[in-house]
Amino acid sequence: MSETWPEEIYGLLRENGIEQFAYVPDAGHDYLIKRSIADPEVHAIALTTEEEGVGLLAGAHLGGSRGVLLMQSSGVGNCINLLSLPRAGRFPFLTIISMRGDFGEGNPWQMPMGQSTQPVLEACDVTCLKIDDPAEASRTMSAAITTAFTSEMPVAVLLGQRLLGAKVFAAR
Amino acid sequence: MADPNDGGRAAGKTATGTLDRRVAVKHLLDSMGDDVLIVAGLAGAKGDVTAAVGDDPRVFGFGGAMGAAASMALGLALAQPDKRVLVVTGDGELLMNVGTLATIAIANPPNLGIICVDNEHYGETGFQRSHTGLGTDLAVMAQGGGIGAVRTVRESSELDEAGEMLRNTNGAAFVLLKVAVNDPPKMPTVWDASWHKSRFRQALLGRP
Repeated sequence: MSETWPEEIYGLLRENGIEQFAYVPDAGHDYLIKRSIADPEVHAIALTTEEEGVGLLAGAHLGGSRGVLLMQSSGVGNCINLLSLPRAGRFPFLTIISMRGDFGEGNPWQMPMGQSTQPVLEACDVTCLKIDDPAEASRTMSAAITTAFTSEMPVAVLLGQRLLGAKVFAAR
Repeated sequence: MADPNDGGRAAGKTATGTLDRRVAVKHLLDSMGDDVLIVAGLAGAKGDVTAAVGDDPRVFGFGGAMGAAASMALGLALAQPDKRVLVVTGDGELLMNVGTLATIAIANPPNLGIICVDNEHYGETGFQRSHTGLGTDLAVMAQGGGIGAVRTVRESSELDEAGEMLRNTNGAAFVLLKVAVNDPPKMPTVWDASWHKSRFRQALLGRP
């Protein structure tokens, strides 16, 4: 990968003590997933559904560790009820979300959840910080880490399709 | 202990299990020693844990967020590799996120045990029959998910061996307790999850 922002984000997560990388396979998180699997210092945890990550991260905090949940925007819908766990327990919660149904989307099935992602998260008291410009990636990630682990509040970093690029589909 | 099939909201309900849930869970937890960390799933499972060990800082109990107990226990087990971690959950909660059995199996932490208290009913919502009363076998699903150490307990004489498996397996272990359907008295609880979290962390880590 030629862009430097994914490694910058990974470096920030590691410098700030994140040891559990929970993920659902996703093209937008390809770098972070591979990087965490290859890192012997961390646990890369493959999930069957995103909501498992909400429980996992709360358990990490209970045991004195830190985690991050890597998911696609469609996975946010799977997490909603379980977001009551960080809210009820004042657990830190950090998720990085690769957006679909965003800038230049070519698959209409992705639009409903993609367009609902931020409003739904905000309705569940999750603060959203979006990255569209690679030059803003590190600064935004640092801000999110501070709010998640110093304020101990739930935070989502949204990686926009301006940053990631939209998936290409055949035109009819 | 009350007659397992007597009274309360469970009157007239039947299950294939005959163990007394309070007795069976206490038997297993007593055999684990004081150093174990416990995640208690919502409703009946939390009542069983509270009845067994009392209001104990090494327990984090759920009051909602159904389906998250096992994944929370996985995060805790990975964060605390030198401690034995147990999750006690019901058949209804485990069915809701049954894929977590596969997630736990492939992560395969050496220190995580799962106890599923299976009364074949959704006790909290009025004792409607669950899938496990209609043919679904959660032990087979745990095995199919890839968990190596799996045991179904139907008789109290099997509890010691199940406890030993939970204590000594070098990998994830799963015990299905086939219990009678009953409605034991509710245990008093503090609903403030933030307080429970801070008390748990203070006891374990020395900071809230």
